[in-house]
Formats: sequence, C-alpha cells, structure tokens
Amino acid sequence: MALLEVKDLSMHYWTRKGEVKAVDEVGFSLEKGESLGLVGESGCGKTSMALTLLKLLPENAKILKGHIFFYKEFQPQTANALLGEMVNLVPQKANGRASTLGRLTRIEGEKLLVQPARNGATKAPSPVSFSFSEIAQVGLDLVPLREERMQRVRWKGISMIFQAAMNSWNPVYRVGDQILEAMQTHLPKTSVQQSKKRIAELFQMVGLDPRMMERYPHEYSGGMKQRAVIAMALSCDPELIIADEPTTALDVIVQDKILREMRQIQKQLHMSMIYISHDIAVIAEVSEKIGVMYGGKLVELADTQTIFERPAHPYTKALMSSFPNLKGEKKKLEALPGEPPDLISPPTGCRFHPRCPYATEVCKEKDPVLEVRQPGQVAACWNPLH
Amino acid sequence: MSNPEQTNPVIIETDRSTSLVRIQNLSKTFPVASGFFRKGNSFIHAVDDISFEVGEGEILGLIGESGCGKTTTGKLLVKLETPTSGQVFLKNTHVEVKLPKQKAGVAKATSAKTKAISLVTSDGFADIAHLRGRSLKLFRRNVQMIFQDPYESLNPRMTIYDICAEPLSVQSIGSLMEREARVAELMDLVGLTPPETFLFRYPHELSGGQRQRVAIARAMILNPSFIVADEPTSMLDVSIRTGVMNLMLELREKFKISYLYITHDLAVARYMCDRIAVMYLGKIVEMGQTEDIIQNPQHPYTRALISAVPIPDPSVRRQPMELKGGVTKPINPKPRCRFYERCPMATQRCATSDHPPLEDKGSGHSVACYEV
Repeated sequence: MALLEVKDLSMHYWTRKGEVKAVDEVGFSLEKGESLGLVGESGCGKTSMALTLLKLLPENAKILKGHIFFYKEFQPQTANALLGEMVNLVPQKANGRASTLGRLTRIEGEKLLVQPARNGATKAPSPVSFSFSEIAQVGLDLVPLREERMQRVRWKGISMIFQAAMNSWNPVYRVGDQILEAMQTHLPKTSVQQSKKRIAELFQMVGLDPRMMERYPHEYSGGMKQRAVIAMALSCDPELIIADEPTTALDVIVQDKILREMRQIQKQLHMSMIYISHDIAVIAEVSEKIGVMYGGKLVELADTQTIFERPAHPYTKALMSSFPNLKGEKKKLEALPGEPPDLISPPTGCRFHPRCPYATEVCKEKDPVLEVRQPGQVAACWNPLH
Repeated sequence: MSNPEQTNPVIIETDRSTSLVRIQNLSKTFPVASGFFRKGNSFIHAVDDISFEVGEGEILGLIGESGCGKTTTGKLLVKLETPTSGQVFLKNTHVEVKLPKQKAGVAKATSAKTKAISLVTSDGFADIAHLRGRSLKLFRRNVQMIFQDPYESLNPRMTIYDICAEPLSVQSIGSLMEREARVAELMDLVGLTPPETFLFRYPHELSGGQRQRVAIARAMILNPSFIVADEPTSMLDVSIRTGVMNLMLELREKFKISYLYITHDLAVARYMCDRIAVMYLGKIVEMGQTEDIIQNPQHPYTRALISAVPIPDPSVRRQPMELKGGVTKPINPKPRCRFYERCPMATQRCATSDHPPLEDKGSGHSVACYEV
C-alpha cells in the first residue's frame, strides 16, 4: 500500500543570478514500511527534494507543478477534515474504477463528491461521486495545501531529521524539555506526564539513558545528540521520517551503531523512511530502494540489489565505480570528468550528457524520461546500459 | 626539547636507507583551562609517545576517529606545532645554528662547528625542532601541507596565480617571468587546463575540486619531498574526490614525494596508502602494510573500526563488533591501556600495566596490545 506518491514535482529557487532548477519533474512512490535512499552529489537537489516534501521552503522557492500525495486509509469519520482539499481517491481494487484526482467538494450521506481538475479543458468536468465503501485510500495532495493544514501533517505524518540537526539544540534548555515542547505543540491533547513518559520510552529506544532528559545539550556527545534528534523525530509517531545525512558528522563506529538502531526502529514500528546521503555505502546499508539524483532530476530508481548489480544509467555506474571499497579487490577508481551542472543554466537535453561517455546527438537535444528497464527498475537515459 | 647529543638509533620497520621522515617518541600535550584565576594542571595528551617512519615515495595513512590526535601529529611534522618532547627527523635538512652570545670570542669558532655537526645524525637526518630562521625557511621548501577545507585554506582576496606563487616569493625563488612559467606548469600538472583561464580568477569562482587542486599546486610548487595531507578529500564530492585522489597518486609516481595521509575514511586509506597507522587517543595502536591491516586487523580497536565501515555492496553482510561507551578525551590519562574502558578483550593485566608498547608481530605489522 502506497504511503507517499510524488508525481512530476518541480521546485525552483529564484536568485539574483537566475532561476535555480533544483527539483525538476521528479516522481516516485513509497510503500508503507519501506525505506528509500536518495543519493547524489551536493547540489543535485536531494535536500531541496526533502524540504519540498515537507513544504519547508524559503521565500524565494516555489513549487511549480506536480503532486505530493500523502495516503491514508479511508475512514468515514475523518472525511470531514478533508473537505475542500485536493485529494486523490483510490478505489478498492475489486471495484475496477480508476483513481480520481480532484477537489473534495461535498459529502452527501454516504457519498463523496469530487470535482476533477479542469486540465486545460474549457468546460469544467462534471463532479464524480464515490460511495464510502468504494474507497480504499485517500491521498491528500500536499502541494496546494494551506500552511495551517500543512502544520498538522508535519511531525505527526511526516517528520524530518535535518542535516547537522545535532547542532540545532538550544543550549539553554534541557534536551527533554525541547522534545516536550515539540510534542505539546503538535499533540496538545496529550498531558505533560504522558509526554514525558513517552520521551523516556523513546530515549530507551534510541539507546539513551532516560535520565539524560534532564541534561543540557553540552553534556551530550555528538552521537548522543544525534540519538536525541532521532528520538525527537519519533516523538509524534510519524508514518514517514525523512533523514537528511543523519550520520554525516559522526565517526564510523558511532555512525554504524546509529544506522543499525534506526533500521531496527523502522522495522519495529513499520515506519517508512527516506534516507538522503551522498555516501552510497551508507544508503546501501539502510535502504531497500535507491533513487539516484543528478542535476535536480531523478535519473534512476530501483531496488538496492539491482542498483549495485545492474545499474542502467551511466551516472549510477560512474558513481558506483568512483567509491573506494574496503572489501574485494583493490582496483583503480575511474574519475568522472567535468563538474556537476550549474542548475541556473543546466545543459540542454540530458543534464548528464557533457560528462557521459555514452552520449550521442539525441542526448544533447532531448531530455530523457524515466522508462522501465526491467521490473522494479526505471532509468532516464537515451543509451541505457541495458 | 631534547638534547640532540642523546639521539639514539631508532627501531624501524622499513628499510632504513630509504626512509625520509623519522619520528621518535613524539609527544604533544595541551594545557586544559580549568578556571579563570587558576592555571590548570590538567593536560590533554593529544599525541603521546609515538614513533614511526615514512619512506621515500611512500604514503603512510594515519587513521582514527575525531579527536585521536591525527591532525596534531600532522602539524608537528610540518612544525606548525612544537613537540612537548620527542624528535622529528627529516633527511637532507640543512641546519644553521645561531649561537648564544658568548663573552669569550676565542671559543666561538670551534663551538659553532661542533654544534652544527651534532644536529645532523650520521646518516643525514636532522631534528626539525631546532630549526630557526633561515634553516626553518629552507626546511619549508622540503615539507608542505594540504588542508582539509579548500573553502577556508585559500585567501579569498588573492588570485589563483598569487596563491600559487606566494611560496616562491616568500622563498625568493626565480624572477617574475620564471615564477609565471612555474605556476603555469603546476596548473597544467594538477589538471587546471588551460592555465591562462584560471590564473587570474579568485577562489570563489572555482568549485571545491578545483580549489583543492589549487591547494595541491601551491604545496607542490617548491618541489617538496614530503607532504602532510590532512583529509584532503573529505570535503569533496564523490565524483570529484576520485579525481583528486588519482592526481595525488600520479604526483607521487612522478616526483617520488612521500605523503602522510590523514583520514578518517578507511576505504580512502586503503585506496591511497602503502602503510597504515591506526591512532587511538594519542597512541598508535596498530601499524602495518595496508592490506595486512585491512584484511587481518589484530588490535581490538582496529577490528571494531573496520567492522563498522559500511560496504557499498548490499550482498555483503557485515558482522559489526560492539564497543562499550564512546571516545573520551585523553586528559591526564591513567597509566594503563588507553583502550581499556572500551575493550571487549580487556583483562586484569591491561588495567594494571602501562599502555602496551607497539610490538612487531612479523612482516612489519606491529600491534600495541597485551592480548594479541
């Protein structure tokens, strides 16, 4: 069952130098309980992608198009809360009806009325009606969602571990109180007592002594701060956690421990994860699926095994072969020529073509789209490796 | 600082005739500030009694977690820090000693001669601790450093040409024309081609990889025989990093330079280094040929470290080794094995004896552990 579906998403920044095409027509979906890794070099749009999913964007950024559907199982009693929002209704499988995207305009008894998008047609299409029993899932589109409504999705639905978040603790408050504050804001119905109990549980889960709640950030080591950040991300029982370089500043031994713990917690709580890292070795250890980003685009997406054994995109292959390995034969690493693209004026056609050894004429002119290479593997390339 | 007359021959793993740098019982302590009015009597033992050698044209990797003393060791080797005790010997070091003022003018000449000779050992090494003034300047021609962050190590107000030519003007080498030619030659060498397009640009106009290439050119311009590279690729992107690593390997081949390659990344160390020394809280706990260390680690810390490195291959399942606790700071360390608190193999002996000495276990693989 899908939890998150990203469709044709584009987000650009407006800067003095020009428009930065940071996320360009990216699409993927994530199942419940699944972990996806996004890899790529700095400036390829990984972090922008994460910030877009949470709509935590600066003022000069704008989502130009696309959808981010955050799915929930349909429950009639919660239907009222969705009134007036853009939703994607997914009917029961046996039903045979296609899923419908549109604004939820009315609830009539046991029926939902959806006004489909106009899609350039001059005449507005007629509303579609679904009875409650027909609907399996409702996907709330986060892109047009108002900020007040979005705040209810953050932390409870999707929470995030930011890059270098361990340095973002306020030094003059106790760590436990800082987590408590977040819980009180997002779960106002929970009492302070209950919240504290919950934080103690979470501390235990991430391998911290619950007594550390009463301590200040300077009394924590780097690894402990990062563990506390993970506890905070878990505090409102999210269904999805986006972890942006969660272990980059840590030493190998601590990194290894934290990654293993995160994986265990994810399995235990049946939570979905999106890991973002430049380190393909880290991603390989924690993710079931890997998405490779280059120049603001998703160039390949497949399960971890396939990415490593049969990469289809030349960039994926180049990325693999430029990583030194601790196991196996020692071989000369192939350096990729050139530099990552400038996203203000990216190369025409395929953004990788100036550095690609397989580039042909068509690559310079036309932008490739994601195509299925084999079941479970998509790649955007005119001359794929297989 | 030690008395040069007392220099003892060193115990060495590599062929002595080809070694270039020789470190002997090197230590560096920093005082810990403990109060406003009180001067502290606590010391961080950042580097504690380490000895090793770097051969000519050899790359020695210094591995360890943050705070283990890797960078301090590197700085001691290029004399950016002065050792608390111990010696750093460098081959082919020219030493000139300024004598303390003497009242009797008669003894001057003879004393100067003996002092100058005693600073250089019989096989041509000299302790860099005694270098001052002109000899220190000459020493800098021989030894250079590449820093971790190319965004901070280049002066933003200088052009690439000025940055690269600065060592030449400090050392008063060559005419303006010659300097220009030399800088252009170096730019070519580090892959910033064509040089004319780079020479008069500023660091902010270059990417991270290009900046690090400028830093390498600057370090190379005086034709040094030894370079300390402190995490030179850890700030760079994956696809750029490989290029810089390959460049450093090529330069080694071409000019027979030795590197001390400081890194926390074992996979990078495996790719770059001939030999590896593993540091833990100021001590070298294991040292040997790279493949030996990676495939057959002996010290429990090295084993834990290697088992924790993620492998970019989903078909490989690692068996991570658990360590207790975390890295502490070596402030006034107790006279026992530094790794005692975290070691899964610790025994009574480890707690009661001094930190174990680094012992050769055959074929140049030495380990500092009682239980191995």
